[in-house]
Amino acid sequence: MLAYFLQQLINGLTLGSIYGLIAIGYTMVYGIIGMINFAHGEIFMIGAFVSVIAFLVLGALDITFIPLALLVVLLAAMVFTAAWGWTVERLAYRPLRGSFRLAPLISAIGMSIALQNFVQISQGARVKPIQPVIQGGVVLFTGDEGFTVVMSYLQIFIIILTVVLMAVFTWIITRTSLGRQQRACEQDRMMAGLVGVNVDRTISLTFVMGAVLAAVAGLMVTLQYGVVDFYIGFLAGMKAFTAAVLGGIGSLPGAMLGGILIGLIEAFWSAYFTIEYKDVAVFGVLVLVLIFRPTGLLGRPEVEKV
Amino acid sequence: MLMRDLSRPLETDIPADALLEVQHLTMRFGGLVAIDDLSFTARKNEITAIIGPNGAGKTTVFNCLTGFYKPTVGRLTLNHPDKGPFLLERMEGFRIAQKADVARTFQNIRLFSRMSVLENLIVAQHNRLMKASAFSLAGLLFMKRYAKAEKEAVELAKYWLDKVGLYERADWDAGNLPYGDQRRLEICRAMCIQPALLCLDEPAAGLNPRESLELNDLLMSIRDDEGIGVLLIEHDMSVVMQISDHIVVLDYGRKIADGDPLAVRTDPAVIKAYLGEDEDEAIPEDIVQDLGLSTRTGGTKQGDGGNA
Repeated sequence: MLAYFLQQLINGLTLGSIYGLIAIGYTMVYGIIGMINFAHGEIFMIGAFVSVIAFLVLGALDITFIPLALLVVLLAAMVFTAAWGWTVERLAYRPLRGSFRLAPLISAIGMSIALQNFVQISQGARVKPIQPVIQGGVVLFTGDEGFTVVMSYLQIFIIILTVVLMAVFTWIITRTSLGRQQRACEQDRMMAGLVGVNVDRTISLTFVMGAVLAAVAGLMVTLQYGVVDFYIGFLAGMKAFTAAVLGGIGSLPGAMLGGILIGLIEAFWSAYFTIEYKDVAVFGVLVLVLIFRPTGLLGRPEVEKV
Repeated sequence: MLMRDLSRPLETDIPADALLEVQHLTMRFGGLVAIDDLSFTARKNEITAIIGPNGAGKTTVFNCLTGFYKPTVGRLTLNHPDKGPFLLERMEGFRIAQKADVARTFQNIRLFSRMSVLENLIVAQHNRLMKASAFSLAGLLFMKRYAKAEKEAVELAKYWLDKVGLYERADWDAGNLPYGDQRRLEICRAMCIQPALLCLDEPAAGLNPRESLELNDLLMSIRDDEGIGVLLIEHDMSVVMQISDHIVVLDYGRKIADGDPLAVRTDPAVIKAYLGEDEDEAIPEDIVQDLGLSTRTGGTKQGDGGNA
């Protein structure tokens, strides 16, 4: 029994890391411009597609040394997805800044549909498979009933990469000049401009940072499931958004915590209850949070948004 | 450069000692004329006060200067002592702070309240820090230069914290400081931009008499020790009359007087604007005092400001 539980814990943490990385993109953008970027799930989907394409290109070039291939794919996914994130902000949101509050939200939903359809048309609607890249794992131990707890190398890779990225991003936000500017914009955008912060550029960089993390999540999903299609962004995006709300939208540690909780809920619900209802469980959590604790676990109470 | 920088005038006829030259500034909001053909000069190393009854358009002048409003008509030239003249009305908001070095505070305090006191002062210096880190995340690659720039930024912040007696509270969240300290921190933050012109919107609002005396000392020190021109909106006449070198009086968006404190406080147009037209009525004693009509003399310059 314990072995089974531990296995689900490992699975849940892996899944949660992926949700957490996507959730950070939602929470950072919400923090700085007070808008839910509904196209963020599609940015994640684009990250997954770029990963698949990069793997195929590397395969064609006969590069089979796996650490090198992973590094190249990771960088390619980050760069291209960041460019998409930047472009989406520039085209769909920046012109609407200073417009009424719902305008960028509607624009985001439109952008989400547009990106989905663009990928569907340009890449085809069928799922794209890739060969498994990271195989094998470590057997941790075998339980009483003969159930073996396995931690695959891929899961180790995902968890370590997430921890490293979290550390780097925490460092950027708390210690660097860029992070200070982001926090200044988050607290008082007008005043930030008056001390000379280039607010537009800071917001663009926030979108870029969110897209980079989503790209990594896209790569992880590609490796984990081996298939991508144009529609994966929707559900993953909604779950990551739920994670951001659960953790307290606007809070970075909250997004990560929310992501891990959502991953665990999903894994344990699938293992102990009915796998068909795992999404219902996840979104049920969203409903409960919104009713009983609208500010989320680590969120600040909304004082007033100027 | 391919294109001429439109924010730099080709030639100016501005006197060398002028820091800010406002020419024919007019700001209309629909049918409302908030500022009507206002011209004045603020000189280097002087404190220039803009006073006037409520709704006279003082804050609107500041909003035009700092890029919140694009003036309907007018030219606002900042004659930067080191970098030469800038046309503020042609510049984007954040570039006015970044390039032309104009700093501003607000009537209601606008600190970054969930950042520490020190961080508030360092974020104001981010331009130098960003340059040191090659404008990007490359802070990693330029560690040494960045560390040096950051150290300098902290030094400047310490200097100002020390000056206003907030050094002990550098790690506090800015939002948790008492009101008077928040006011002073706001001025420090503006000074950390290393401005050429410091615009203060009612810095003495809500201060008690002692704090207001300390503020006088601070502002005079900014003028005398740092050599920075100050533009001041203030209702507290004890502040205005004591420290200003030059006063501009607005009423209904028009300039009604312009000169040194003595000339302004005896100007009949100013008295009329503040007290109304009825000449039969004697001016009540307390209003006379508020306006600074009675003579006040020295004794405040050696106040204990700064080491509180």
